[in-house]
Amino acid sequence: MDKQTSLDLYYQMVLIRRLEERGAELYQAGKIGGFMHLYIGQEAVSTGLIAARRPQDRVITAYRDHGVAINCGISPNQVMAELLGKATGISKGRGGSMHMADVTKNFWGGHAIVGAHLPLAAGLALGDKYAGRDGVTICMFGEGATNIGFFHEALNLSKVWTLPVLWVCENNMYGMGTTVGRASAVSEIQQKAEGYGMSHARVDGMNVLAVYEAAKKAIEAVRSGSGPSMLEIMTYRFRGHSMGDPERYRKQEEVKKWEEQDPIGVFHAYMITNKKASAKALDEIDERAAADVQKAVEFAEASPEPALETLFDDIYAEEV
Amino acid sequence: MARITMREAISQAMWEEMERDPNVFILGEEVGVWGGSYAVTKGFYDHFGGERVRDTPIAESAIIGAAIGSAMTGLRPIAELMTINFAFAAMDHIVNEAAKLHYMFGGQFMLPLVIRAVTGGGRQLGATHSQTPDAVFAHFPGLKVVSPGTPEDAKGLLKAAIRSNDPVLFLEHATLYQVRGEVPDGDYVIPIGKSKVQRPGKDVTIVTYSKGLEISMKAAEELAGQGVEAEIVDLRCLRPLDMDPVIDSFKKTNRAVIVEEGWKSFGVGAEISSRIYEQAFDFVDAPIRRVSQKEVPLPYNRTLEQSALPQVADVVAAVKEVL
Repeated sequence: MDKQTSLDLYYQMVLIRRLEERGAELYQAGKIGGFMHLYIGQEAVSTGLIAARRPQDRVITAYRDHGVAINCGISPNQVMAELLGKATGISKGRGGSMHMADVTKNFWGGHAIVGAHLPLAAGLALGDKYAGRDGVTICMFGEGATNIGFFHEALNLSKVWTLPVLWVCENNMYGMGTTVGRASAVSEIQQKAEGYGMSHARVDGMNVLAVYEAAKKAIEAVRSGSGPSMLEIMTYRFRGHSMGDPERYRKQEEVKKWEEQDPIGVFHAYMITNKKASAKALDEIDERAAADVQKAVEFAEASPEPALETLFDDIYAEEV
Repeated sequence: MARITMREAISQAMWEEMERDPNVFILGEEVGVWGGSYAVTKGFYDHFGGERVRDTPIAESAIIGAAIGSAMTGLRPIAELMTINFAFAAMDHIVNEAAKLHYMFGGQFMLPLVIRAVTGGGRQLGATHSQTPDAVFAHFPGLKVVSPGTPEDAKGLLKAAIRSNDPVLFLEHATLYQVRGEVPDGDYVIPIGKSKVQRPGKDVTIVTYSKGLEISMKAAEELAGQGVEAEIVDLRCLRPLDMDPVIDSFKKTNRAVIVEEGWKSFGVGAEISSRIYEQAFDFVDAPIRRVSQKEVPLPYNRTLEQSALPQVADVVAAVKEVL
């Protein structure tokens, strides 16, 4: 990976981290409502994954979507404005934290029903295959989603129809507060790909370069027409499942142990050790990310509420 | 004008739209090689090929979910559910995705999607395969729910549904496929969301749709023999719901009977009668009556099943009550 790309990935990860830290503050201050699920700790997953896609490749994910939105190129202003429910939000304040998308960036959402977006991903891939385009659909989901029927219906269909989908399981070890071992018949999620005759690999999700390399390989293999494939990316969320999580299901020592593998820290150390960047250059990126988040907060706070008369807009695409 | 069956009308609509637009394709259980479990897509597979007439696994969430996803990319899928009873296995995709994605993401996603499903009872299929849960789906803003009662309407409305940029649930009553009717020649489209007076009359308004139309027309003939002229308003679409012809008719007759095949509780009749009371209370000369299915899971036994379904005699009796 060239130096500029490395620096950009570092910036994206720090930007996501700072944006969500500010989001958490704004949530506590009552300025963000509803449910909010932070990606803190998992930033290397979507950052490495999406860096490996080409522009024609679609991305679709679950409700923990702020990081994915940033990686897909949505501006921090539009993400923050959506969190605050403003008219300038990427979904016009209609979706909130869990429902961000930008079709122009080939980001097909933020979906909040566990596993329900997997059949949609099969459909997105069918669209490309039907039209003879070479796009790959990258579908991200948590390991908790692999226990619901949607997962199995979608993987089966994708194999039967040889659809260009890369299934990406973000295994952060907990479905809300339930560990993999208590919820899934197999704790190595990639084994489930075997049942559908798919190739699969397990990847260290705390290392953005490892994710990038594995993703690049997997995406291009899918693009070559070999059918769907699965990555299981091992990761950990440092914060609770959502903002209202008392975290009774895990010990602080466990969290601390994982925090030693902070993907931002790991990548920072790698860049310094391998002379990819100076400490000063990385400090400057940290400052730029913080400044961009500050600007996003100011933009979001200054943005107008959606007008009441827009309440009924877009229920249908056509006049009824 | 040709005289064709409902099955032929639906089949023709799809065939013509697939010839017209290469983005239209069909997916569902047994739609291809088998030719459709109700033979609606007979001949399609041989003519259009397996890419455009796609047999699926028996997996309703995958069918509807993939249809939604492909629609988001600009295709125009027609997803066939073998029966509406199987829609419950895809309920999340119909209700939480199809009905909401356009709105929830600020209008970014288009969902030009048709879900065709066979609805209704009366074929001795037992409780799980005989439901008429049309009203359930009409509950959700974001979906369009269409259910024709004549071949002419079936063809014109299905064409409109296929050309619509919104998700449309198209409900075909299982016992209407053999019903014959006149259909205009050539290409025609009937706009979604317009009720229609199917029989003019002056004494009472019968509001109905789908199978209820067939029953109501027979009841109206019987009533005509007794000097009562019923006006029949066919809703054709449950959402968007066009009340104008209903209210216009009611203001003339001041009496109404609503005929539906589904259960009475929280159903179409409840909605229509409530709207009449809200919009035309001063014109009410008699309590509005509802004819519907008895509140029981439909039994297999033919006599028991028919006793639970609305019959012509029930409509005639209800009309006499309001006169």
